[in-house]
Amino acid sequence: MIISKQKPFEEILESLKNDDTVYIVGCGECATMTQSGGEQEVADMKARLEEAGKKVVATDVAHSACHELDMKRILRQNKEAANEAGAFLVLSCGAGVQSVREGTGKHVLPGANSLFVGNVKRQMVFDEKCSLCGECIIDEYGAICPVTRCAKGILNGPCGGTNNSKCEVDSEKDCAWVLIYNQMKTEEKLDKFMTIHGPKHWNAVARPGHMDGRADDAEKGAS
Amino acid sequence: MAAYREACESGKFVVSGEIGPPKGTKVDNMLHHIDLLNPLVDALNVTDNQSAVLRLGSMAVSHEVVTRGGDAIYQMTCRDRNRLALQNDLLSAHFLGLRNVLALTGDHVSVGDHKDAREVYDFESVQLIQCIKKLNEGFDWAGNELEGSTDFFIGAVVTPESDPIEPQKLKYEKKIAAGAQFFQTQAVYDMDNFQRFMEYSHGVTEGTDVKVMAGLVVLTSVGMAKYMNKFVPGVFVPDSLLEEMASVPKEDAIKKGMEICARHIRFCIDNKVCDGVHVMAIGKEEIVPEILQMAGLA
Ligand code: SF4
Ligand code: SF4
Repeated sequence: MIISKQKPFEEILESLKNDDTVYIVGCGECATMTQSGGEQEVADMKARLEEAGKKVVATDVAHSACHELDMKRILRQNKEAANEAGAFLVLSCGAGVQSVREGTGKHVLPGANSLFVGNVKRQMVFDEKCSLCGECIIDEYGAICPVTRCAKGILNGPCGGTNNSKCEVDSEKDCAWVLIYNQMKTEEKLDKFMTIHGPKHWNAVARPGHMDGRADDAEKGAS
Repeated sequence: MAAYREACESGKFVVSGEIGPPKGTKVDNMLHHIDLLNPLVDALNVTDNQSAVLRLGSMAVSHEVVTRGGDAIYQMTCRDRNRLALQNDLLSAHFLGLRNVLALTGDHVSVGDHKDAREVYDFESVQLIQCIKKLNEGFDWAGNELEGSTDFFIGAVVTPESDPIEPQKLKYEKKIAAGAQFFQTQAVYDMDNFQRFMEYSHGVTEGTDVKVMAGLVVLTSVGMAKYMNKFVPGVFVPDSLLEEMASVPKEDAIKKGMEICARHIRFCIDNKVCDGVHVMAIGKEEIVPEILQMAGLA
């Protein structure tokens, strides 16, 4: 899921300094799990903004804020509040913020910082393991992603900074290459460790990414 | 200019030093160090934004080393440039007469003085080695034929004190397979451990022309030794050396460090441990001539 963290309240207030009426949008998926924009956080935000003298015209927690059609439908249903709102504060990842952008021409602002695609270790503990590079190569690495989990994205083995199996960049984090080595050893595939890997095709996905799966379906259907 | 390669190929015990370009345009001190060391060593490494700290460029200073009659080992990291920029710099370096390149992945920007910079790492060391080999063969990375190939002597680093050592060893072997012709090790202090590493290394390099130079960083105080143990991954100063450094008054610590360095050089020569040494004094290059003298090399 997308890991996001609510911005400091002062920053949000500063962004809203020219707006008196606010519509708060949250997200029922990732932002709920990361406690940056679920029901609870949206209610808390409403209370704090009101305390700061803002009028909160409506709050909505979308099923998933990144779903644009859904978002447009929500804003249409709450047309009156949407019309009254000077600004839309979105407590979700940046994708959710931009879905609201599609549904209104008004001031839309992010209430959270989007951090990474994260695995949930336990409640409110997340780790980044995949950075959506467009071409998954981790079968070569014991299903441990060096692109994401090695601080330098090295594809051919540890740098000189591995220290006590931790990463030189952050001694709290495991060196991905020690994990990969150990996994390949367990699988008795250390010979594969010796394969020299060329650099990644960094443009495997043309950015900004776009996919029209309907075309793929049509192709599949045709074949 | 192929003095370093010739020295390596001659089978003699090879000695290199290191120049860290200044942060700014004041080069007097650096030029003094270059002139001081050029006649005493087979080549001088020039660091590339070392520790991710902005400095005067490695290519320009390497060229200066060559202009002043020495041979330079142009250090190149993958942190700041993508594959187009790296190859562009390699062709430029070749044009300027540089013939030795040390290929490094490079310290992460988070340890340096531009912490918000975007680090590149389009390539890493193994791929940079491969790429230089390709340029030597007359092709760029994308496979296009070059009008005139390069003729680089390809260097790399290895960390004999890496913990754990096993994956580091495999990486070392990959660098050799990718085309590395010489190695300078990360700083080593535990000579017994280094000798064991070199026994393994000899098994790996047997039948090849690969040369391995011991990286020796001169200790200048007990504090520095302790600092390295604590903060420099892959470097380990054993207790016996810490004690030795502490056994003399503070003002004599540098002398002690020089003595230890000279002793380690001798150890490598007398026991035929490796093919040469790379001596680093990190800003105190004026002490290097005396160290080489103490070791009987000058
Ligand atoms: S290689 Fe890594 S970043 Fe790329 S898709 Fe696979 S897990 Fe994600
Ligand atoms: S210590 Fe390990 S994880 Fe960290 S940059 Fe080096 S190889 Fe990558």
